[in-house]
Amino acid sequence: MVKKTAYSRDNIFKLLSAIPDPEIPVITIRELGVLRDVRMEGDAVVIDITPTYSGCPAMKMIEDQIREEMDKAGISKFRINLVYSPAWTTDWMTEEAKEKLRAFGIAPPEKTSSDKNVLMGKKKIIACPRCGSTRTEMVSQFGSTACKALYKCLDCHEPFDYFKCI
Amino acid sequence: MNKQEALFKYILRIADNNLVLGHRLSEWTGRGPMLEEEMALCNMALDLLGQANALLQYAAQVEGKGRTEDDLAYLRNDRDFYNTLLAEQPNGDYAFTIARQFLTDTFDFYFYDELRKSADHTLAGIAAKAHKEATYHLRHSSAWTERLGDGTEESHQRMQRAIHELWRFTDELFEMNEVDDILLREKVAVDLRGVKTKWNQKVDEVLAAATLQRPDNVFMQRGSREGRHTEHLGYLLAEMQHLHRTHPGVKW
Repeated sequence: MVKKTAYSRDNIFKLLSAIPDPEIPVITIRELGVLRDVRMEGDAVVIDITPTYSGCPAMKMIEDQIREEMDKAGISKFRINLVYSPAWTTDWMTEEAKEKLRAFGIAPPEKTSSDKNVLMGKKKIIACPRCGSTRTEMVSQFGSTACKALYKCLDCHEPFDYFKCI
Repeated sequence: MNKQEALFKYILRIADNNLVLGHRLSEWTGRGPMLEEEMALCNMALDLLGQANALLQYAAQVEGKGRTEDDLAYLRNDRDFYNTLLAEQPNGDYAFTIARQFLTDTFDFYFYDELRKSADHTLAGIAAKAHKEATYHLRHSSAWTERLGDGTEESHQRMQRAIHELWRFTDELFEMNEVDDILLREKVAVDLRGVKTKWNQKVDEVLAAATLQRPDNVFMQRGSREGRHTEHLGYLLAEMQHLHRTHPGVKW
């Protein structure tokens, strides 16, 4: 029988930080801000995650992936805790993650998540992730997933996704 | 009624609105007037169902009788649903769906803005998230209200008719009863009088921009706070619940 290494909080956090987002595999759930914390409650592990959007179907998948990683590490005493407060915001996304999004063809969220601007319909300038042009136009506020809006570039004529600011 | 019973009913009221309206919006899947709008409605349906899921989970926990969110969604009868009459109205034409959405989104936007300050931390957390989503929904439905209202003669007529037909369900949005009294004292509930003032302002502003008339002298319908509904809810629930009731606990 192989003796299992005792995992520390930091080890587990690092382990789970590497899980890619199911919809946007170039960034991890840590970079996205979905993985919030890993805590020890006695000898049990509590994993705090938060949804990007209330109905995001990827959450179920993320939970399954976390379970799988924990199983692989041989840790059975853990629970996944879904936290709603404070609400997820695109401001938590790292600069590095934003660059990865752009390279992947998704325009990253433009700071800052101002509710009023969105409500008043004030336009934000979103640069095309392919050619960099700022002559772009919103086609629809709702795109291929809950977190994205649909844009098109007026210079290179490519349609692209914009990661909405919330 | 004690605080626990009041809280259970209060959460159901919010959850049922989201569940029923989310189901209505999902009925547009595969039938949207254009691809972008179809995706918009599906996205909004998803937000609403997600909110309903979180709320029903919390309601089940508050009730403490071992029921789950699925039990509450699929195994309650229409008289035990507390969604507003507005939310359950059938989709109609696109103007009708947009009008129903606009009147609801405006309410949700201001309601969640207050609820996120609730002394109940779980409700406040869900509300903070829902408020961000409602912001996008309201932007969408108010833009379409203007576009259709101030559009062609045909679109104007349809939008005006939709606003007129749905107006009789709007008073009920702000109705408060014993549940609210108990929870207002605990600083858990939202005082709907304040929401009404803001709702009126926003609705007037958008209707004016859309060249639409605000209906007056309309006989107001009510009943959902006591679980009395229009005939449409029963049909909606029949469709939503029949699989779960026919094959209890089925998974696919």
